[in-house]
Amino acid sequence: MEISEIILESISSLTLNKLRTSLAMLGIVIGIGSVIALVSLGQASQQSVQSTIQSLGSNLLTISSGSQRNGTVRGAAGSQATLSNADATAIATSPKITTVKNVSPEYSGRSQVITGSNNTNTTILGVVPIYAGVHSVSVSSGSFITERDVNSMTKVAVLGPTVVTDLFGEGVDPLGQKIRIGSQYFTVIGVTTAKGGSGPSNQDDRIYVPLTTAQKQLFGVKNLTSIAVEAIDATAMTTAVDEIGYLLLDMHKITDPTKADFSIMSQADMLSTASQVTGTFTTLLSGVAAISLLVGGIGIMNIMLVTVTERTREIGLRKALGAKKKIIITQFLVESVILTFTGGILGILLGILLAFIYARLTSGAFVISAASIFLAFVVSTVIGVVFGWYPAQRAASLQPIEALRYE
Amino acid sequence: MPNEYPIITASHLSKIYKTEAIETMALDDVSFKINKGEFVAIMGPSGSGKSTLMHILGALDQPTSGEYILDGKNVESLSDDDLADIRNKKIGFVFQAFNLLPRTTTLRNVMLPMAYAGVPKEQREELAIKYLTMVGLGDRLHHTTNQISGGQQQRVAIARAISLDPAIILADEPTGNIASVQAEEIMEIFKKINEKGHTIVMITHEPDIAEHAKRVITMRDGKIVGDIKNTKRITYFHSHK
Repeated sequence: MEISEIILESISSLTLNKLRTSLAMLGIVIGIGSVIALVSLGQASQQSVQSTIQSLGSNLLTISSGSQRNGTVRGAAGSQATLSNADATAIATSPKITTVKNVSPEYSGRSQVITGSNNTNTTILGVVPIYAGVHSVSVSSGSFITERDVNSMTKVAVLGPTVVTDLFGEGVDPLGQKIRIGSQYFTVIGVTTAKGGSGPSNQDDRIYVPLTTAQKQLFGVKNLTSIAVEAIDATAMTTAVDEIGYLLLDMHKITDPTKADFSIMSQADMLSTASQVTGTFTTLLSGVAAISLLVGGIGIMNIMLVTVTERTREIGLRKALGAKKKIIITQFLVESVILTFTGGILGILLGILLAFIYARLTSGAFVISAASIFLAFVVSTVIGVVFGWYPAQRAASLQPIEALRYE
Repeated sequence: MPNEYPIITASHLSKIYKTEAIETMALDDVSFKINKGEFVAIMGPSGSGKSTLMHILGALDQPTSGEYILDGKNVESLSDDDLADIRNKKIGFVFQAFNLLPRTTTLRNVMLPMAYAGVPKEQREELAIKYLTMVGLGDRLHHTTNQISGGQQQRVAIARAISLDPAIILADEPTGNIASVQAEEIMEIFKKINEKGHTIVMITHEPDIAEHAKRVITMRDGKIVGDIKNTKRITYFHSHK
C-alpha cells in the first residue's frame, strides 16, 4: 500500500467525524495562534521601545554624577553633586576632546507648580538652548529657551503638553500666562511638541527653564545632574566616551578609573538594556504560548487514543484483512500529523489576524517574522508525530481477534 | 472426488484459555482434514469450541498445542506480520456482523484487502467490479455500506472475501444477522462460488443453513463428535452436473 493511498484513507476517516476532528484541531490552532500572536507582540514592543530610545536623540552620551557613598551603602546614581558647569565647559572647549559636537549641561529637579486653581508636581529641567537640538525637542508654539534667557537668568518656562493640560486644561493657549514654580512666578514662552512615553520617562510631563535660573533661583545649587553630549557620529561614540572619561577624571583629580564619581552611558547601552528587557518579555510570552501548544498536543493524543478505542473493530477488521503493523501505525500517524498540520496552518492565520488586530488597536507596529511561521509549521508537525506515536502504536498492537470481538 | 489435495490439515489442536484461577479447555485435541473444493459446515451449540476453532483456522489466534497446516504452510510461531500476510492472501473472511468499513463505498470495501496485498490500483478496481457484479451488486458500486440492506452488505463481504482468490473462505455465522429470505440468497452465492472451486468452511448453529454444506462437522465441549457427508447436498450437487 502506497503512502499516498494511506494519506487518502486517513483524510477520509478524518472527514467521517468532522466535529471530533475540529475539536482535536482546536488545541493546536490556539497553541500555534498564540505563539505567532505573542511573538509578534513581543517583537512589536521591542521595536517601539527601540524607536522611543532613538527618538531621544542620536549619538547621545549621558554623563551622570556619581553615586553617593555613605559607608558601604551606595546611593542612587546622580545623588552626589560631582558635575559642575566647569566640567561641561571643559568638555565643550578642551583641545583633548575631538569627537564631540554639542554639549548640553542639565539640572533636573522636581517642584510643585501652581497656576490659578490647578497645581501639579513635575520635573523641572534647567537647560541651555542646545538642549533642544541634542534631545530632538521642538516647540509646537512659542519659542524655546534662548541664550539671552540663560545669560540674564530670566524667569521663563517652556511647558510639555502634559503639563499644559494639567495646569490649564485641554485646548487652552498658555503662552504669556504666569505659572508659579515653588515660590517664584515664570512666564510661559513655549510649548513642546508631544513625544509620547509614559511614567518617569514621559518627556511631555516636563517644564524647561533656563539652566542658570534653575540652579540659582529655584534650587540654589551650583552643580549639574547630568551633561548630555552629542558625538559627531555613531562611530565616534567609543572614542568620545574615552576622551570625556579621561578629561573628567583629570578635572576631578581621580587616578583610579574604578573610583570615578561620574558615569557615562551611551544610547547603545540604553538600547541594549531595553532590548534585554523586551527580550526577556518575549521569551516569557513564548514560554506561555509553548505551554498552550503542549496542552494542544496532549489534546491531540487524547483524541487519537479515543479514536483508537472507538475504532477498535475497524482496526481488527483491517488486521484480519491483512493490514500489517506498519500500515496501521502509518495510517494513525498520518491522521494525527494531518490534524496538527492543518491545525498549524489555521493557527498561523489566527495568530496573524490577532497580531494585526492588536497592532490596529494600539496603533503599534505589525511585525510577523518568517522564522516564527516556519517554526510553527515544524513544531505542529513534530507534535503530530510525537503525540500520535503512542496511540498509533497501541492501535497497531491490538490483536485482530480481540479487536473484532470488541463491542 | 477428483481433487484430494488437503488444504487444511489440523492435528491435535488444543486451546486453553487461562483467566485468573480458571483454565478453560476450549479446544481439546481436535484433528481433521479439509480437501480443496470442499464446503464444510462446523456445527455445535455455543461454548462447543467452534468459534475458537474458526479463529485458529483463520490465523487470528494460535493454538496452545497441535499443528495447523494451511495450503502447505505451517501456521505456527509466525510473526504478527506473517500471520497478516496469510490472512490477506490465503483466507477470505465473512463475518456474522459483516464488518465492512462504515460509510465507505462497496467498491472501496472490496478493494481494501487487494490494497494491502499490493495489487496495482487499476487492477483492483477491475477485480472489485467483477466480484461485486458476481454477487449481484453491479449496480451498487458507489453506495456506502449504510445505504444498503444487511443481505447486500453480506454480499459485499463475500465479494471482498474472494477478491484475492484465497485458499479457503471462512464464514462465521454468515446468515446470523440476516432475514431468512436473504439468507437463502447468501447460501446460493456460497454454493455458486464453491462450484467454481473455492473451499468454504462455515460455522453455524442453524441446521437449515448447515444443510447447504456438503460435509458437516459437529462439535461439543471442544471435541469433534460428528463428521458426516451431507448426502442430500451431494446428490443435489451431482444432479446439476
